[in-house]
Amino acid sequence: MIQLQAETASYRGVKTLHDIDLHITKGEKLALVGQSGSGKSTLIKLIYDRYPVDTSLVPQDYGLVQHLSVYHNTYIGRLDQFSTWYNLVNLIRPWPDQVNKVRAILTGLQLEEHIFRPVGELSGGQKQRVAVARSLFQKGQLLLADEPVSSVDEQQSKEVLKQLMDGFSTIVLALHDIQLALAFCDRIIGLENGRIVLDRPSKSLSTQDLLSLY
Amino acid sequence: MNTVYRHSRAWNVSWLFVLIGVFSLVFADLEVISLEPWQELKRLFLGLFSPDWTNASEIAQAFLQTLSFAILGVAGGSLAGFLLALVFHWRLVRVSCAFIRAIHELFWALIFLQIFGLHPLTGLLAIGLPYAATFAKIYAEILEEGDKSALQAIGHNVSTISSFFYARLPDLWAHFKTYTLYRLECGLRSSAILGFVGLPTLGYSLSSAFMEGHYSVVWALLLLFYLLIASIRYWVRPALLPVYIIAAPFIIANDSQISFENVARFFTEDIIPAPIRNGETLAETWHWFSDLFMTQALPGIANTLVLTQIALVVTGALALIMFPLISRHFFQRTGRGIGHLLLVVMRSTPEYILAYIFLQLWGPSMLPAIAALALHNGAIIGHLIGRYSTEMTLRLDAAVGLNRYFYEMVPRLYGQFLAFLFYRWEIILRESAILGILGIATLGFYIDSSIQELYFDKAMILIVITALLNVGVDALSRYLRARLRLRTSVDCGAGNDYCTAK
Repeated sequence: MIQLQAETASYRGVKTLHDIDLHITKGEKLALVGQSGSGKSTLIKLIYDRYPVDTSLVPQDYGLVQHLSVYHNTYIGRLDQFSTWYNLVNLIRPWPDQVNKVRAILTGLQLEEHIFRPVGELSGGQKQRVAVARSLFQKGQLLLADEPVSSVDEQQSKEVLKQLMDGFSTIVLALHDIQLALAFCDRIIGLENGRIVLDRPSKSLSTQDLLSLY
Repeated sequence: MNTVYRHSRAWNVSWLFVLIGVFSLVFADLEVISLEPWQELKRLFLGLFSPDWTNASEIAQAFLQTLSFAILGVAGGSLAGFLLALVFHWRLVRVSCAFIRAIHELFWALIFLQIFGLHPLTGLLAIGLPYAATFAKIYAEILEEGDKSALQAIGHNVSTISSFFYARLPDLWAHFKTYTLYRLECGLRSSAILGFVGLPTLGYSLSSAFMEGHYSVVWALLLLFYLLIASIRYWVRPALLPVYIIAAPFIIANDSQISFENVARFFTEDIIPAPIRNGETLAETWHWFSDLFMTQALPGIANTLVLTQIALVVTGALALIMFPLISRHFFQRTGRGIGHLLLVVMRSTPEYILAYIFLQLWGPSMLPAIAALALHNGAIIGHLIGRYSTEMTLRLDAAVGLNRYFYEMVPRLYGQFLAFLFYRWEIILRESAILGILGIATLGFYIDSSIQELYFDKAMILIVITALLNVGVDALSRYLRARLRLRTSVDCGAGNDYCTAK
């Protein structure tokens, strides 16, 4: 499904990824681990750049529209499914059946009560979950998520990751929390200074093995 | 190590400008010509206490016209400006907009008067055209500087319109709104001034009241104008705007017809330089141009620059003197209230009207023009840096009085102050040129006289020269701001320099 060969990438003019060879098959759930600055975010962007069609993205800065409601920010995930006029009417007056669909997703993320509040009024953790809701509503073939639970507490992290695991078959997550990575993903990619230094099934790894990356 | 104290670049540049200003004084005509200037001023002031509302229906008519021209002109300008902003990355659009902006509304009005006569289209285009060019620039800046992260997270196949309305407009809406509202306020002033060249707006009533010496009527008009501008927040509502826009065309009075013969003649004959039109030799054509340049353009440019540089320095001085009036670090609530009132009145009165008033009192010299430009622009900058100083927190044991002013305030404000002043530089130049219409020998004087003598070819060349001068000063100002690393950070709701950009 994803095939990267000897790829390099730069971020702000500095080369941050070198000789990336990566093959991902449908249904795999990958976690990218490594220190900050090791190239996780750049790798996520690189994959999105190569495979943008039908891919759901949870960027590190969330990519939310502060003055739109939680509902509309979630709806943005499916803008390409509807005609422009349908989208514009929805902006002025939300379509009830879309509201119901969005509401179901928000309920799973404990955001249901905030559905019509502007995103700008929410806390950091709530905003992060709205970005997750948008990707779940979009339901692409592939999920690319850059630290999707960095701002939510431990209990909720597990809940959010579970929703993502159920929602998508193929997943690439950047995750600095090793335990969550081992618990939720079936393949771990370790990055160090922009190179892949580890690529193994999580079953064969322990927390100790991964600590050496940090 | 033995180090020597060195002044900052901003300090050196400031003194350079003061020096240029003082040097310009040598060339400036500052004589008070009127016989009893103070007597006139006293009569004018007494009028303030007896505003005359007896001609209520005439006054109402003047205000309705002023409002209608402003609303339609600004609405049209903002719509056209928005469309232009979407293609502002095209060089041709950027350059044309810069050129159109560089020509003052009143000059546009003088041009359109030749084309359409006293038809409403003249007033609407005189406001709409330069405003569209300004809107295009600022809207493009808002689009450029806005957060694009939501756009990047949006799905791959989403239509341009959908992604614009979902991922861009909601977060930029407040910026567009703030700036457009601010420009509507400017539009009211522009519309009022158009009356001075014959359109049925406030300026027309004002100049006739002045010429007849009816100072009570003058004050009735001015007071109502301040009220209108001060209350703009209350009567401009998104829900009401469509009503205004629909009503305005019915209010605008029109009893003239566009003569297409005139329109055609303007473009094919009037503005073609006479020697070319008459098929004269190259030598004669050269003579015509050099004569125009030496006898009109050059003295016009010199006087415009002299007036601009003096007014710029006085503006700066006034701003630095006046800003403490509205700063909480210097005055209590009541004192600041009086300060605010003073500054609001000065910055709401268009320079042109101020200059017109001073000119009636002191006679035609540069003095009334300098006073008008400095009071209006000084009040604007004083207001902006005064507000900025109020937002600053001083430590509890900070000095008081003049020590506070010179040690705590001015050093912190100075960068902002210079940035605002350099922004206004180009505006002061535009206004200096236009005040020539009142009889001061700047470029506007030569343009206006050419038009009165029906030499439209000469007028057009002089207008183009004025525009180029403006573009030049704008570029110099931008260079100086970059060189001195000046950046304004006063948030006028838009988080940017929009409020002073024009």
